[in-house]
Amino acid sequence: MRVALFVPCYVDQLYPRVGMATLDLLERLGCDVDFPAAQTCCGQPMLNSGCDTDAAPLAERFLEIFADYDAIVAPSGSCVSMVKNHYEHIVHGDPRYEKLRTKIFELCEFLVDVLKVDSLPGNFPYVVGLHSSCHGLRELRLASDSERNTCEFNKPQQLLQMIEGVQLAELKRQDECCGFGGTFAVAEEAVSCTMGRDRIADHLQAGTQVLTAGDMSCLMHLAGLIQRDKHPIRVMHIAEILAGYEVPQ
Amino acid sequence: MSSTTSFDHPTNAKKFNQDQARTHWHDSALWFIREKRDRMAKSLPEWETLRECASQIKAHTISKLADYLEEFEKNAKARGATVHWAKDADEHNRIVLEILRKHEAERIVKSKSMLTEECHLNPFLEQNGIEVVDTDLGERIVQLRQEGPSHIVMPAIHLKKEDVSDTFHEHLHTEAGNCNPDYLTESARQHLRNKFMQADVGITGVNFALADTGGIVVCTNEGNADLGVSLPNVHIACMGIEKLIPSVDHLSIFLRLLARSATGQPITTYSSHFHGPREGGELHIILVDNGRSNLMNSDDYRNSLKCIRCGACMNTCPVYRRSGGHSYAATVPGPIGSILNPLRDAKHHKSLPFACTLCGSCSDVCPVQINLHEQLLTLRTEVKNQNQLPISKTMPMRITSWVFQRPKLYAWLGSVGKFFLRNLPRFMIYNALNPWGKNREMPEAPAESFRQQYAKRAKKNKPQ
Ligand code: SF4
Repeated sequence: MRVALFVPCYVDQLYPRVGMATLDLLERLGCDVDFPAAQTCCGQPMLNSGCDTDAAPLAERFLEIFADYDAIVAPSGSCVSMVKNHYEHIVHGDPRYEKLRTKIFELCEFLVDVLKVDSLPGNFPYVVGLHSSCHGLRELRLASDSERNTCEFNKPQQLLQMIEGVQLAELKRQDECCGFGGTFAVAEEAVSCTMGRDRIADHLQAGTQVLTAGDMSCLMHLAGLIQRDKHPIRVMHIAEILAGYEVPQ
Repeated sequence: MSSTTSFDHPTNAKKFNQDQARTHWHDSALWFIREKRDRMAKSLPEWETLRECASQIKAHTISKLADYLEEFEKNAKARGATVHWAKDADEHNRIVLEILRKHEAERIVKSKSMLTEECHLNPFLEQNGIEVVDTDLGERIVQLRQEGPSHIVMPAIHLKKEDVSDTFHEHLHTEAGNCNPDYLTESARQHLRNKFMQADVGITGVNFALADTGGIVVCTNEGNADLGVSLPNVHIACMGIEKLIPSVDHLSIFLRLLARSATGQPITTYSSHFHGPREGGELHIILVDNGRSNLMNSDDYRNSLKCIRCGACMNTCPVYRRSGGHSYAATVPGPIGSILNPLRDAKHHKSLPFACTLCGSCSDVCPVQINLHEQLLTLRTEVKNQNQLPISKTMPMRITSWVFQRPKLYAWLGSVGKFFLRNLPRFMIYNALNPWGKNREMPEAPAESFRQQYAKRAKKNKPQ
């Protein structure tokens, strides 16, 4: 399968290890992975700020770059949801889009639903706190959420549990938002940080040693607080754990 | 604590967050209710079907609203009610005043109605020399404090019992420092009893109006609406035109959803039906538009007319819980308020669509399936289109987009940025210009981007 890897701009620049882990993982699972170098950003920051006309050229570029692949995979639920759910407004009517939106996957979703992975090697003897990032949870439905009365499932958790030694932390508020929210983190700094600290407090009481999520953006915000407040929690993207990477020291 | 004067959500929210203990207390109080609601929703296997039905009934009603309103008017009149139409808040208030004048009424008891809050009925009547007493306990508390409600279902949820004790001591002369909830409630009851006895007219809101019977339904937990309209001879019921449902057959769906979503109760304590005036009395029903028909014509926002004002989106909203209802500086706060208010006045409420992380919890909790967070996202574009976004927000987006359209420039700027992040002294990164760094560390900049590492690897792996 010819898979295009979409590495969101901030992951590319600030978290290359997450990109490498995603690449390693996909290749190990037999995918023929390509990283189109012309890619930059999906335009989410612009659209989320109300600047749809600035997001439009980026959406156009995205279609051009990725339209011909069998699948597009990204280690970010939020960016995938941007393309899958929110491009509608800006590129509506483009026939390439209707096809593309069915071929783009968040990493965990791709592993579970397309590759149908049922075992993963490795040993990760830690209490892992899984943060359910909102866009993955409620826009991509990677897991059932606590608001709706539906059957329970959780794709990222399912994958983590395949790895030996992983013990999942039990949170009091299973799927509360961390407070990142893109420019919200800056525009509403006070509320954003209160929300983040509340999430961290929940992980502390649950004994989380390694905090993980499918979105590096939530983790960037939480890691920033953890570091400032000097909490003994390590932060890793789920791709790094699934690819068998070491806990960064 | 007076209600907030500034109209900017971040500023108000920041103020609220300065008292972290109180912020946490507020968050826990609302989360407690959301958990109760979750248990209730999960106890009904048909929950999601109920939501779907409710949503479709509302969609259908809105699509034929004019017909249903006429049917309602005809049936209500046939039962002896007087039906009035008001196109906006002013007209609504004038109609109320006219009815009061006709009956030479000076004292009014009013049960909770967000519509009359929306129309600012209380100050209008007070200016005209009429005493209005809110009879819902929470509403009465905020009324005594001269504040607006901070929540549509629990108007005084932002207050602790100590605050209530102080307020009652000041206005009802209760014992100073006595915070016993039974004592405080009993004092309020005695105080309100007098008001009920003296009232000339009772005003209520409307939760549901039934087109096929011409009746209205009012839901309360305190029975205050019933008392308020049983003692005086005249009952004025004020409702937004979106409160209509086609038939009494649909009512059970909404009654089951409303209380469970609002407070986690199976049903509100009192769901009172009014079909025409009681013998010798008068029932006036005022149907208010006040911008609603504009929403009806908008594909993006029509859905927000389905709202049954249960408040679940507020209880679940992580931002509302940590910024308090007054931070929205609007009658209806929280997710649904952040849609309705800017649509009425974008200039005034432009910060509200951004007081949201787009977490989507509100959309999934909403008993009538309003796509709240999606509408909030669309509204941000609307705010920009109305030129209400400052250039300090639009310019950076324009520039970043321009850079992102040029991958080589982007990669180069990325390296430069990372170099500075690694090498600049701390004070140049962590200062007043960087809100991120106030409470958070910046991410550590790696030496190479992913694309650089990828290119290197590709070169190494290339078959010679
Ligand atoms: S938008 Fe939905 S959840 Fe919010 S108050 Fe209205 S009905 Fe309730």
